[in-house]
Amino acid sequence: MMSFMKGRVLVVDDDTALAEMLGIVLRGEGFEPSFVADGDKALAAFREAKPDLVLLDLMLPGRDGIEVCRLIRAESGVPIVMLTAKSDTVDVVVGLESGADDYIVKPFKPKELVARIRARLRRSEEPAPEQLTIGDLVIDVAGHSVKRDGQSIALTPLEFDLLVALARKPWQVFTREVLLEQVWGYRHAADTRLVNVHVQRLRSKVEKDPERPEIVVTVRGVGYKAGPS
Amino acid sequence: MAGDSAASAPGGSGARPGRPVGRAAGARFRRLFEGGLLQGGVQGSPVLRLFLRWVRRPLLPVMRLWRRNIQLRVVATTLVMSLGVVLLLGFVVIGQVRNGLLDAKVRASQSQATGGFAVAKQKADEAAAGTGSGTGTASSTPDGTPIGDGRQPQSVIQWMSDLVESLSSGGAGAFDVATLPVGDDSGGGRSPRGSGNVNPTSSVPADLRDRVNGGTTAAQSYTEIVYANGKESQPALVIGKQVNDPNGRPYELYYLFPLTQEEKSLSLVKGTLATAGLFVVVLLGAIAWLVVRQVVTPVRMAAGIAERLSAGRLQERMKVTGEDDIARLGEAFNKMAQNLQLKIQQLEDLSRMQRRFVSDVSHELRTPLTTVRMAADVIHEAREDFDPVTARSAELLADQLDRFESLLADLLEISRFDAGAAALEAEPIDLREVVRRVVSGAEPLAERKGSRIRVAGDQQPVVAEADARRVERVLRNLVVNAVEHGEGRDVVVRLASAGGAVAVAVRDYGVGLKPGEATRVFSRFWRADPARARTTGGTGLGLSIALEDARLHGGWLQAWGEPGGGSQFRLTLPRTADEPLRGSPIPLEPKDSRRNRGLDDAGLPRGGGEKRATVPVQQGGARADALPARGQSTHRMTAVPAAADPAALPGNGNGARVVPRPAAGARQPEHRPAEDAAPGTGTVAREDSTESGEAFRGR
Repeated sequence: MMSFMKGRVLVVDDDTALAEMLGIVLRGEGFEPSFVADGDKALAAFREAKPDLVLLDLMLPGRDGIEVCRLIRAESGVPIVMLTAKSDTVDVVVGLESGADDYIVKPFKPKELVARIRARLRRSEEPAPEQLTIGDLVIDVAGHSVKRDGQSIALTPLEFDLLVALARKPWQVFTREVLLEQVWGYRHAADTRLVNVHVQRLRSKVEKDPERPEIVVTVRGVGYKAGPS
Repeated sequence: MAGDSAASAPGGSGARPGRPVGRAAGARFRRLFEGGLLQGGVQGSPVLRLFLRWVRRPLLPVMRLWRRNIQLRVVATTLVMSLGVVLLLGFVVIGQVRNGLLDAKVRASQSQATGGFAVAKQKADEAAAGTGSGTGTASSTPDGTPIGDGRQPQSVIQWMSDLVESLSSGGAGAFDVATLPVGDDSGGGRSPRGSGNVNPTSSVPADLRDRVNGGTTAAQSYTEIVYANGKESQPALVIGKQVNDPNGRPYELYYLFPLTQEEKSLSLVKGTLATAGLFVVVLLGAIAWLVVRQVVTPVRMAAGIAERLSAGRLQERMKVTGEDDIARLGEAFNKMAQNLQLKIQQLEDLSRMQRRFVSDVSHELRTPLTTVRMAADVIHEAREDFDPVTARSAELLADQLDRFESLLADLLEISRFDAGAAALEAEPIDLREVVRRVVSGAEPLAERKGSRIRVAGDQQPVVAEADARRVERVLRNLVVNAVEHGEGRDVVVRLASAGGAVAVAVRDYGVGLKPGEATRVFSRFWRADPARARTTGGTGLGLSIALEDARLHGGWLQAWGEPGGGSQFRLTLPRTADEPLRGSPIPLEPKDSRRNRGLDDAGLPRGGGEKRATVPVQQGGARADALPARGQSTHRMTAVPAAADPAALPGNGNGARVVPRPAAGARQPEHRPAEDAAPGTGTVAREDSTESGEAFRGR
């Protein structure tokens, strides 16, 4: 429980009032916020601050949020939560596809934001020594690694969590809602597009042929399950 | 069987468009003619009708082509008419040529014959008068045999033979001479004889002989010369006259003029004319084809381009060459397309701008709202440290911010629908899951209100291709509304699926709806009772958004209610996206409506298929009570006078049906969905009877 109390959060937002308010709330919850207002400077700030989580506004001057998200994701698997004013499908999906783990639509309540941030940080403290197999993949849960034929596959923490959740119960079909709860930590139903997009991202990394998935199998009308080992 | 084949016939013909049309067209037309003839002649015999249908069937593609192809029609008409003209012209020309040819021949023949008759008369006179007195003895009797004293038959026979010989020798084959006895008096050398192997008796027609015998003048006729030696008979002009032989007894002398030459000339003319006529007809047909093509091709092009335009390819234009009428058509057409494209582009730009504006407003408003929201929450958290006034202000601030937020969200949602920017993300979902979530979300409110939410019909999965987020929003709205207006009584959420549709109905037993309100509830910012206190702070846009959501699915959202008897809102969705709805598995008016209960008490059948409502509708049940319903409406109308039931239906019945389909955008007529559900869709509840019953009652 201590790890997230000290969590460093990088807030990438051009609206100074909102950034300041976010700072107040985050500090009040025990996080260590740092701020950057410009998309062009975001990557440098990220490298310098080494945050545990990034809060990223999608509309930024200079480089826009999607681009920043892509750049950060290219060099780190750190959780990224998007702040967006648009819940329209395209924007959200584009944001998720560019690598964001979760998103939160403005206007949000402070509690909602904090819950979302904690959910993203929580996963880092459950090091149970455990070895799982899914398809022809070997997952070392504690070591946080996925290997196929001895070759490790790089996954973001969220993708790793998703894979582990499926691999732990290969007999079970997971609905999107259940996955949202287990992986994202949503109590109530939320946007199932989160699941869809991340399953696609996961497949593109772990499947031999993402068009014909064998690791994460779609059960039409229900959800997803782990492919046969 | 007959009906089947008739129905399938057009389809069958359509399936063979590539069939060569010209093949055996003559036979087809003959058969068509026979068909028509037979049709006119014999009616009522089923065997014959079947036969006719069988005969007509292969003709259908031809008839279709005839109807659809103006070029074919024009060319065929031109061909037929020019053929008629050519035939008429040919007959006239041939007649004239023949008359001209024959006139000349007749005149020449007549003079020849007249001369011959004179010679014959003269010879007879000379022979009767004696040998010495005649000057032309040598010519009249070539062999110089005196015949003057010969009153013997033998010499007359010889004389006659000589006469025929001498008369015919002058013609050199241009004519033949024949003699025939008058009547049956064939004695005395008057037996038939003819030159050049002519058979006199069969070559001279009987009526001409009658005429010749009837008077002393010459008579003529056309005939066929029959030859004794088997030579082919040929047409001829025959001129005859009664002449006396040397003994003063009459005989018939005939000149036969063969018309071989004239016949040849005439057939030559005929052949020439036929060839020319054929050429003219064919050329006229070809010309018509070319001319029509000149006109039809641009028209066809215009039709094709118009089709493509209407299919959305707005950049399509006609090619314009020259300055003729066709070119003007093309120009006008292109101008129209241009304007259309321009207008559509303007509208699209406008729509894009509006969408952009909505999006911008969304962002611009939301960012400061987020700050305000967070600030308010921080203040709200710390309100215990404030004095009571400030603390209460902080509470009000937080509450009203909630309301402001949901109002903003709803406004943005509605404007997104208005801009056409709403997109459906349909996938197969189990509506029971959605209902479960909605109900559990509404439980706290229900508890506060003291009502229970019951779910019925969730034994089997209720799966449909739908957008879970939108369906949940619709249902949340309906359930929260039902609890809000349910006066603490139970709320029943009912699910059912049948046919190609699934439905969720939310029933409450609260204040209900006044007549006419069933449509108005879906209006924006409409409030049932402005004076009523609202506890959840609805925005007034909820049902409007729900309606749009249903519409986006191609579904219906309908309301029914009676004052004091509660209301029922029913969401019907097609099971698969893009499939048109034909009916709903749940009747709009619930079985426990006051009217239905009243009918029960009166021992009358209820309207609207109650069995369907109690259990999740399965196919058999729906069918069973769907059919007899039609007859009940009139029954009910007479049985229950409108005034007798205070719980009359909202409005005049059409209040109950509000939801149009999305594609049409227009409100469906009252009875449409049920009417569509005709044969083969018996599994879908038919509601026309119910609806009409309501309509009657409302008046």
